Amino acid sequence: MKKIKKEPQKDVAFYNNPEKRAIIYQILALIGIFLFTYFILNNMFINIEKRGINTGFDFLSSEAGFGILQSLIKYDESNTHGKVFIVGLLNTILVSAIGIFFASLIGLLIGIGRLSKNYMVSKLCMVYIETFRNIPILLQILFWYNVVLASLPSPRQSINYFDTVFLNNRGLYIPRPILESGFIAVIIAFILAVIACRYLVKWARKKHDETGEEFPVFWTSLAILIAAPTLVFFVSGTPATLEYSELKGFNFIGGWTLIPELLALAFALSIYTATYIAEAVRAGIEAVPKGQKEAAHALGLKDHIILKKVVLPQALRVIIPPVINQYLNLTKNSSLATAIGYPELVTVFAGTSLNQVGQAIEIILMTMAVYLTISIVISFIMNYINDKIKIKER
Amino acid sequence: MATYETKQARPAPSGTRGIVHWLRENLFSSITSSILTILSFVLLYLIIPPLLDWMIFDATWSGTKEEITKDGARWIFIYEKFNQFIYGFYPEDQYYRPNLVLAIFILYTIGFRNINNTLVRAFILISFPIISVVLLHGGFGLEIIPTTKWGGLLLTIVIAAVGIIVSFPIGIIFALGRQSDMPIIKTISVMYIEFIRGVPLITLLFMSSVILPLFFPENMDFDKLLRALIGITLFQSAYIAEVIRGGLQAIPKGQYEAADSIGLSYWQTMGLIILPQALKISIPNIVGTFISLFKDTTLVLIIGLFDVLAMVTLTSTDPNWLGFETEGYVFVTFIYWVICFSMSKYAKSIEEKFNTDHK
Repeated sequence: MKKIKKEPQKDVAFYNNPEKRAIIYQILALIGIFLFTYFILNNMFINIEKRGINTGFDFLSSEAGFGILQSLIKYDESNTHGKVFIVGLLNTILVSAIGIFFASLIGLLIGIGRLSKNYMVSKLCMVYIETFRNIPILLQILFWYNVVLASLPSPRQSINYFDTVFLNNRGLYIPRPILESGFIAVIIAFILAVIACRYLVKWARKKHDETGEEFPVFWTSLAILIAAPTLVFFVSGTPATLEYSELKGFNFIGGWTLIPELLALAFALSIYTATYIAEAVRAGIEAVPKGQKEAAHALGLKDHIILKKVVLPQALRVIIPPVINQYLNLTKNSSLATAIGYPELVTVFAGTSLNQVGQAIEIILMTMAVYLTISIVISFIMNYINDKIKIKER
Repeated sequence: MATYETKQARPAPSGTRGIVHWLRENLFSSITSSILTILSFVLLYLIIPPLLDWMIFDATWSGTKEEITKDGARWIFIYEKFNQFIYGFYPEDQYYRPNLVLAIFILYTIGFRNINNTLVRAFILISFPIISVVLLHGGFGLEIIPTTKWGGLLLTIVIAAVGIIVSFPIGIIFALGRQSDMPIIKTISVMYIEFIRGVPLITLLFMSSVILPLFFPENMDFDKLLRALIGITLFQSAYIAEVIRGGLQAIPKGQYEAADSIGLSYWQTMGLIILPQALKISIPNIVGTFISLFKDTTLVLIIGLFDVLAMVTLTSTDPNWLGFETEGYVFVTFIYWVICFSMSKYAKSIEEKFNTDHK
């Protein structure tokens, strides 16, 4: 049989040849982008010169001259804009971490509750999801901040829990642990306990492979993780004390203060994001075919083992990617803090610093770069987890 | 030899129908379940009666501000400020114009669902934006209302609608670009999509309101609303692009090959074979992004536009009406909830209409 050689047709005009046309399209696109970039950059330089705007990143080392409501590191008015950037970034990470923790917790509970056989529980969970998902997150933040937290009593009439935790319209006051030098022993004990647990897991798996006997790994590990550091803590003479908040004059002093802005933001972010996590959890569990459970039952496995070894591993594959996406969304939504003035990156850096130095281009680009970096890191983590949990096909 | 004895028939299992059975099955099937049921009722008892008291029984519905005596909701605030919530600072004698736009919109929406003629659909899609702009902004003999006077729900809907309509074709182009064989086109599309999706909408809004004017010649004066619209459109088109890419990926390779084999060009393949199927698959997700866009329009309050949410903040700082945020927020919550919820229901109905699977 004769093989047909693929030869370019000569009688076709170059603009009808798909390969050549593709090259032309791409060149045109490049030229277009080049012209566009040239146009905006050119205008930008002209505008910057006309308006006398400074350029460059010198402002990062100049004095900020404004205070920040809350900071995880030492900060005062004489610090630089560079430090403002760090303070804002840390506050963004703080509120995102708190939000992610609570959103996961609530989302998991609601998602499982949505599948409950109990009519009331599943309907209540549905109402929760349909209500909070259909209300803009910004509206929820403003509501918690301007209505709920603002209606809390003044410091003198604080809501008081056992004289250790106080809640009023200036924030939530909790005791602060003060660590002494001996505390390092407790940390070492904890690290050793973690290592011990890893070995325990290995040993238990080996034993299970060889003899088929199950060892209560989870409860044993938990006991080790709690007991070992606690024991060391008391043996080494309780090297940590709690500093309580106290009402002095018009306000509380000492301890840790969670400002209302942080509370409102963390509250709204967790409640809102939890609705999406709950739906992801539900979809994941529903995606496991019923036959899998029935087959496991037929083998005589117990319910909790079916959940642990048959349903969850398959459900998690469906659950994890959308949940991680929601973590990213939560982090991006934390930028809405600027509406209530919680001092995170957008509020203090793209807000106050920008107003002071007026270098919009550098500041907005730096802010965007931070969020871009966070999303790239999160998508790396997601790909890594996806590789780990995907079905290994031969 | 044993004799055959008839056994007494056992009583039928106690009702597998009826309320008692339903209750036992769905509310009290086990001890845990019973505890959860009781806890749920306690929760409802704690929430519903006070809420009803506040919203209805103790509420003040009419009269003047001085007549408020009860501690329930004071809906007279909403009544008093209703026009501002809906139209912003739009002149009162021109209210018929946004109303007319809304009427045309409803007419077109119904028409779009029930008319199957492609030409009519195209006409609807193209004519609506033009009619709306002329009616809202003015010109052709109508009094011109500058966009600074637009506000309230009117502004919210304008932003959402423009975001949806303009970002849709852009999103399709970037989705096709991302699936393209041409490396440069593909890189450009991927970079655009990933950049936009990686940053919060609020930074894009800041960018378009602070940096964008620097990018254009000084004599080009940008309307504040236009800047916000540009930010929103950039944002929405990247999300639409990803959703449509998902639909494109779901189309079997055979469809492309079949189109190739009957000699269709790229645009014919896409326009007649691939996109109609991809869009149909993507409808639920497209509407999902529309709903989130509609909720995200609230963010324009941060760059100083007065959408319906910002109107609450503004009206409750009116010296005559201080401290009425709660009522305002509840009202706005209601508006958003109803619109978002109906959008998802509308999506379901369209999904079923376009569903050509043989069942």
